[in-house]
Amino acid sequence: MKIGVCVKQVPAKDAPLAIVEGAAWIREADIGFETNEPDGYALEEALRLKEKHGGEVVAISMGPERAKQTIKEALAKGAERGIHVADADFHRLDPLNSARSLAAAIHNENFDLILTGLQSDDQGFGQTGVLLAELLGRPHATIIMAIEVADGRMKLKRELEAGWFQWVELPLPAVLSIQSGINKPRYATLKGIMAAKKKEIATIDRKSLGVPDAPTQRVERIYVPQKIKKTEFISGQPKEIAAKLVEKLKHEARVL
Amino acid sequence: MKILLITEQREGKWNKTSLETLAAAQQIAKHTNGALSGAVIGKGIAPLAEELAGFQLDDVLLVEHDLLEKYTPDGFSLALRQLIEGAKPDLVLLPHTYQVRDFAPKLAACLGKGMIGDCIGYRHENGRLVFVRQMFQGRTAADVVFAGEPPWLATFQAGAFRADLAAKHASSKAPVKAVRVSLAPEQIRTKPLELFREAKQAVDLTQAPILVSIGRGIKAPENIPMAEKLAKAIGGEICASRPICDEGWLPMERQIGSSGQTVAPKLYLALGISGAIQHVVGMKGSRTIAAINKDQNAPIFEVADYGIVGDLFEIVPALIEELEKTK
Repeated sequence: MKIGVCVKQVPAKDAPLAIVEGAAWIREADIGFETNEPDGYALEEALRLKEKHGGEVVAISMGPERAKQTIKEALAKGAERGIHVADADFHRLDPLNSARSLAAAIHNENFDLILTGLQSDDQGFGQTGVLLAELLGRPHATIIMAIEVADGRMKLKRELEAGWFQWVELPLPAVLSIQSGINKPRYATLKGIMAAKKKEIATIDRKSLGVPDAPTQRVERIYVPQKIKKTEFISGQPKEIAAKLVEKLKHEARVL
Repeated sequence: MKILLITEQREGKWNKTSLETLAAAQQIAKHTNGALSGAVIGKGIAPLAEELAGFQLDDVLLVEHDLLEKYTPDGFSLALRQLIEGAKPDLVLLPHTYQVRDFAPKLAACLGKGMIGDCIGYRHENGRLVFVRQMFQGRTAADVVFAGEPPWLATFQAGAFRADLAAKHASSKAPVKAVRVSLAPEQIRTKPLELFREAKQAVDLTQAPILVSIGRGIKAPENIPMAEKLAKAIGGEICASRPICDEGWLPMERQIGSSGQTVAPKLYLALGISGAIQHVVGMKGSRTIAAINKDQNAPIFEVADYGIVGDLFEIVPALIEELEKTK
């Protein structure tokens, strides 16, 4: 099986977010970046499918130069090679043009299966996998919790809302968005990290793909959300905080 | 502006976000002085179309086909594409459900249009619509506008609007119009099989008056007994955000959020939960919310009544002691 897995680099979870006025984005200079957590589950699933059925795993990431680090981490965990779709202003792309760019970059790879995470922890559009499927003419399924492959078809466990699940069948080739929690992602081994240094990362300049830049939507501004409730903050030493909170829960909120 | 609302139902029952999105669609129609159509899609759903027609809208479009009885992304996108190309709306609104996120981007792509997903609100200013959605897991909000020609697609998050504010039809009922769509079995590549629930839920968190909920801030499974001790001292049940259940530190049935349970206890005590939107939609209806988090900018504080910025490993033991002392 030839499997492509889309991995995105996003600001680290605990990175302080400083909003750049007028840029509708955050200040990237002083913060750390990491592989989007939901994509880690997709990568792990791709590696497990390869180990079971043979084939190769190709890690694909779009973004500025730093996104290569996310590809390197995927190579260290066991992906065979990487494709970096380079664009310094990647964050300005809307979901449709992002997917069009990815589709154009990987079209000739003819993957049997393409996996994505459920959504990114930065922009959180949650559309890439479904859009890629449509643009590549493949069937898709999302929020996948189990994959069984046999005879060119897949049996998939989809998560629905409120504790419900559904089995669906899909022919290959296809695109799947993987639900977080489907597996326990592995750590890269030292051997894997050493081996990754010899693996190939092909770089494609996004602008060379000829995808039109006309956006379908535009983020005009990002900002700290307005509060829904007025939060009363309680401060002090732990003992004082505990006493004040219990007092308030008992006599102010009357919930204890 | 011509607005088309696409509702969601399963086996003849509304997904409740449908009616919330109806309330949003009515407000947008009012603000833009526009017309509103509501579509019901499936098979054997005429009663739902009649029910929808009792609300304030201009007409109800009934899209029925044998191949729409069970949801498939191919069937729904093909049918809705025909519906949209026929009705020619400017704005298509959908509830942001798991089903919608499975097909709506595909529908938008086959129309060559954009979709603004998971919106929590909108503003109508200077004659244009600005949609508000969250980014960075709720740590920032974003104003997003459509570019290019309509139709535009947008989805609204569960809980973003109140279903009980959906206005009933002023006089009688909106007309129900059947819309024919053509679908062939070979166009549908997905084969939907049975729906099922994983395990019988041993604990019904929706009935618990007090919940102590843990998130990533708990750091390690060894620290869970501390939270359980607090739950016992305060007379509540323990529950968690998704990452804790993904890790297997607590069983899945104790998960609160869009993929878990939706709860509204009288007290929700959030320990080390950042407040990503997928979690908040499952608990924001709680009567009182108290949150302990080391990050003062954590989005959980946006919904909290009482906030404590600090180390939960210092505060929780003090809280247990205080509760046991005052019992």
